[in-house]
Amino acid sequence: MSKILNYDLVVVGGGPAGMAAALSAKDNGIPEENIIILERSDRLGGILEQCIHSGFGATYFGEMMSGPEYAQRFIDLVNETKIVVETDTMVLNLTDDNQVICSNKEDGIYAINAKAIVLAMGCRERPRGALDIAGSRPAGVMSAGAAQKYVNIDGYMPGHKVVILGSGDIGLIMARRMTLEGAKVECVCEVMPYSGGLQRNIVQCLEDFDIPLYLSCTVVEVHGKDRVTGVTIANVDEKMLPIAGTERYIECDTLLLSVGLIPENELSRQINLEMDPITRGPKVNEMRETSKRGVFACGNVLQVHDLVDFVTQESQIAGKGAAQYIKGASEPKYVTCKGINGVRYTVPQRIDINNQEEVKIYFRVANVYKDKRVVVTCGGKELWNRKKLKLAPGEMENVFIKPEDLAQMNEGDEIVVSIEEA
Amino acid sequence: MTERNLICIACPRGCAIKVTLDDNKEVVNIEGATCKNGEEYARNEVTHPMRNLTSTIKVTGGIANVAPVRTNGDIPKELLFDAMKVINQASVAAPVHVGDVVIENILNTGIDVIATNEIA
Amino acid sequence: MVYDIAIIGAGVVGSLTARALSKYNLNVILIEKSSDVAMGTSKANSGIVHAGFDAMNGTLKAKLNVKGCAMMEDVCSTLFVPYEKNGSLVVAFTDQEMKHIEELYQRGLGNGVPDMEIIDAAKLKELEPNISDEAKGALWAKSAGIVSPYELAIGAAECACGNGVELRRNFTVDAITYENDEFTIKCVCGCEVKAKFVINSAGLGAADIAKKFDGEEFEIIGRLGEYGLLDRSCEGMATRTIFQCPNEMGKGVLVTPTCHHNILVGPSAINVDDGAETSVRVGALREIFATAGKSVPIVSTRDMITSFAGIRAHSTTDDFIIQFATANDHFLNLIGIESPGLASSPAIAEYVEDMVLSVIGKPETNPNYNPSRKQPIIFRELSMEEKEAVIAKDPAYARIICRCETITEGEIRAAIKAPAGAIDVDGVKRRTRAGMGRCQGGFCGSKVLEILSEELGKPLNEMTKFGGESKIIYERTK
Repeated sequence: MSKILNYDLVVVGGGPAGMAAALSAKDNGIPEENIIILERSDRLGGILEQCIHSGFGATYFGEMMSGPEYAQRFIDLVNETKIVVETDTMVLNLTDDNQVICSNKEDGIYAINAKAIVLAMGCRERPRGALDIAGSRPAGVMSAGAAQKYVNIDGYMPGHKVVILGSGDIGLIMARRMTLEGAKVECVCEVMPYSGGLQRNIVQCLEDFDIPLYLSCTVVEVHGKDRVTGVTIANVDEKMLPIAGTERYIECDTLLLSVGLIPENELSRQINLEMDPITRGPKVNEMRETSKRGVFACGNVLQVHDLVDFVTQESQIAGKGAAQYIKGASEPKYVTCKGINGVRYTVPQRIDINNQEEVKIYFRVANVYKDKRVVVTCGGKELWNRKKLKLAPGEMENVFIKPEDLAQMNEGDEIVVSIEEA
Repeated sequence: MTERNLICIACPRGCAIKVTLDDNKEVVNIEGATCKNGEEYARNEVTHPMRNLTSTIKVTGGIANVAPVRTNGDIPKELLFDAMKVINQASVAAPVHVGDVVIENILNTGIDVIATNEIA
Repeated sequence: MVYDIAIIGAGVVGSLTARALSKYNLNVILIEKSSDVAMGTSKANSGIVHAGFDAMNGTLKAKLNVKGCAMMEDVCSTLFVPYEKNGSLVVAFTDQEMKHIEELYQRGLGNGVPDMEIIDAAKLKELEPNISDEAKGALWAKSAGIVSPYELAIGAAECACGNGVELRRNFTVDAITYENDEFTIKCVCGCEVKAKFVINSAGLGAADIAKKFDGEEFEIIGRLGEYGLLDRSCEGMATRTIFQCPNEMGKGVLVTPTCHHNILVGPSAINVDDGAETSVRVGALREIFATAGKSVPIVSTRDMITSFAGIRAHSTTDDFIIQFATANDHFLNLIGIESPGLASSPAIAEYVEDMVLSVIGKPETNPNYNPSRKQPIIFRELSMEEKEAVIAKDPAYARIICRCETITEGEIRAAIKAPAGAIDVDGVKRRTRAGMGRCQGGFCGSKVLEILSEELGKPLNEMTKFGGESKIIYERTK
C-alpha cells in the first residue's frame, strides 16, 4: 500500500448515523481534524437525500422537516468543523488491526490506521429473489427505494400503473409519491395480517388517496415479456402460503417491492464481528461497541430504525463511546439483555455494569399486541413496568435501565424484557 | 353527537384520537391526543383536513433535473392535486438552497413552497 | 454485401462456431434475435460441463460431449471464461439406483469418459459432508466441471468479433430464401442479410427456422427448467455437482456450486410450447427445493437471491441433429442442442467447422486471427498491487458501482466498449456481475443506467433491461 493515513476515528458512512457519530466524538474530546468520514455517494446525507417526504425531526429537533433538510442540519454542522469528509469513497476492506482500506477516483486505493472505527453503512432493501415470486423477469420490478431515487433524485417516472408488495414505510411513502406524480397505484399487498409501516403513513399515504391495502395477501406471479404487464395476487393462509382459488390478476406496468430492510454488514462480517441473527446487525454494548474492541456500530447497520431521530441519538452514543475508547477505557463487566414473550430482540445486547448513566434499551415485538405491559427484570427483580395500549412490529419501543440498578448486578446476569398481561 | 376515531399524523407516534362532535358538527371533545399538534390535527381533520405536500420541482442549469420541495405549512387536503399542477409547471434556476421560496402563496393558501435541498 | 457465412443464433454454440470460422478469411455474420448474445438457453441452464456418461453409446451426443468436456478447460482459459473442473457425483439412494449408476459407469466407459469411479457412502460423505445420510453411494466423474455459460458465449462472440465477425442483434428471422447460390435472410423489420452459406444454430427456434427455409420438420419439445440461486454465504454446501439418478425427463434436480461461488439448485423439467415464456411457475421452487433436499438436505429457499427459468430444445430423437438441409448442402441445421449442449459446444463448433469446410473447401487463414480476447479486468480478484496499478492507468477502476460484487465503473465501461459489448443493463450484468449479488441491483441499477446512457450517447430513459420494450424508466417527471 503506497498511501497510509492515520486518524483517531474513521466513520464508515456519511448518512445521519455517521455524521452524528463523528460530531459526537468531537464533542467528547476527539480533535476534529483526527476524525474522518468516508462516504460512497457524492455527498453526505445518505438515504435521507431521497426521502423528500416530511416527518423527520419531530423528536430530535421538535419540528417537522423533510429528509434532505434533516440531513442538511448535520451537513452544516460537519462543515463548520475540521472533520475530514471523503465523498465518492468506498471502503473495500477492514482488517483485524483496525486498518480501513478504501478507494476513490482521486486518491486510488489507500489505507487508514484507525484507533477506533464507527460502522454506519445503513441498510439495503430485500430484493425479489428472496421472495419466491413466480413468473417472468421483465423490466418494471424494482425496490421501492430504487423507484424513490428515480423519481426524487433523477426526476424520472419508473412506472404508470403500480402494484406495491409490502407495506413497509418506503412502500407506503412511494404509493403517495407515485400517485401525486400522476401514476395509478392499484393496491398495496401485505403478506402479514398487519402493516409493517407506521399507522400515520397508512392514513396519509393510502387512505388519503383511496389506495387499497390488502392484508394477508401477496404477489404470486409476475407477468410480461419485456416490461411488466400485470401481476397475480392471492390471499395467504397463516403459514403465508397462497390460498388456491383466491388468485386475481391486476394489470400494471410496475411492481414495487417494500419487503424489508437488511443491515448492510459485509464489512462487519469481514472482521468476524459477533452478529445478532434477529437484527442482522452486530451485537453491541450500551455504547454501541461491537464484539471487537474499538469498533462501534450505529444506525440502520445495527438495527433497522423507523425514525431517523432515534438513529441520531443512537449514533451520538456510539460517537461518545468511540471517544471514550480512544481516550482509554476500562475493561467492561457485562450483563446480557434478551427479549422473551414476544420481544424479538434488544439493542444493546449487553451492558457494562460500570456504566454510570441511564441506558435506553430498544426492542421490537413479534406481533400486534393490545393492552399489555412491558416488564423488565433481572434475576427475578422487576426493574421496569409500563402499560402499553398498543405494540406493533413496525414500531420500535424502548425501556430504561437506571445506573443504580446496574450497580447492583453481577457480571453475567441477564436483563430480560418481556410482554406481560396488563 | 357523533364520534370519530383518528390516527394522528402530526408526528410519527401515531396516537389514536377520539373526537366527539355535536349535532352542529362542532367539536366538543378530543381524547387521546398527547400534544397540542395532535389536538389541532384532530380538530382540523374532522372539519377541514390539512396536509403537508412534498414533491420536486424542475431545476434549470443545475447538476440535477429536480430539487425536492415542500409546503412550509399545511394546505387543504382537497387542494393537493391542484397544488401538484402548479408545482409541475414551475421551475427554478440553480443554485437552489434549503429554504428558498420557489412558489409564493400557492393557490392563495398563504403557504409558500420551499426548496428542501441544496442543488448546485 | 454478400456474406460468406451467416450464423443464425448467438448462443454458446453459434458464438463458438463464429469464433471457429473466424480463423479463416471469410466474411461471417452472426445474427441474433435478442439484444445480446446468450439470451436463450445459453443464459439459463445449469452451467455444467458433463463428463459424458449419460448419452447412449455411439450417439453424436456421446461423441461431442466427451470431446467437448476435454476441450473446455483450454477454451475457457483462452477466452478468460470462469471454469472449474470440480467433478460430478450421481448419487444413488437405493440398491436399484446403485445398479443404475453402475450402468452409467459402463456407458461412460463405452463413451470414452476418463476418471470415473463408483464410491460408497463413506467416501461420498468424505467428499461432500452435506450429502444426505440416505445416500448409498455415487458415480464420481472427475472430468466434469462447471462453467459460466453466458460468459462462454460472450467470450466467444467477443473473440469472433475481434477477428472480424459482424454481430447483428435484434434481428428476428422472418423468412429465408435461396436463389442464384445466395441466401436472403429477411428480418421481421424488413432489413435483410445475404449469405452464401447458412448455419442454423437458433437453439429453441432452430426447428422453426429450418421449417421457414424449406419446410422440413423436426420434432422439438420445449422443456422448461426452473432454478433457484443461493447467496454466496452458502458456499461449500456442495463442492461438486450433485445429481440424482436421471429419469426420462433428464438428469433430474442437481445441487451445484457455480463459478461465482453461489449454489445453484434445479432444474425442473416441464414440457412447454416452444414459444412459451421463460416463467417460473407458481410453487415450482418449493417442489424443486424439496427434491434437492433429498440429496443435500441443507439447501433452503431462505438463502435464495434469485430464481430463473430457461427452456431447452429437446429433440424426440434424443440426439443432437447436425445435418444439411435435405436439398441444400449450404444450409446446415443444428437441432435439439439440449444438455449436454453446453459441455459439447467447443466440439460442436469444431464439428460444424469441418462440415462447412467439407462443402466450401478450405479458405485462406485469417492472418490476424486471435483465439483469445482482451482479458477483462476483474477488480475484485486482483492483488492490492495489481489494483493500484490498474487504478493508476484508469481511475474509473477506483469507483465501486456494485457493492455486493465489488464491480468498478472501469469494468462496466470496458464491458460496454468491448467488441460485441453490452448495450443494456442485463448485458452489463452478465459481463461484469454488477447487479448479480444479494441486492440484485437495488443500489447499483441506476448507476449502471447512467454509465450506459453516457457510453451509448442516448438518454437515460431509453436504456433497457434487455432490449425491446424492457425500458426501466419512462418520461421525466417535470
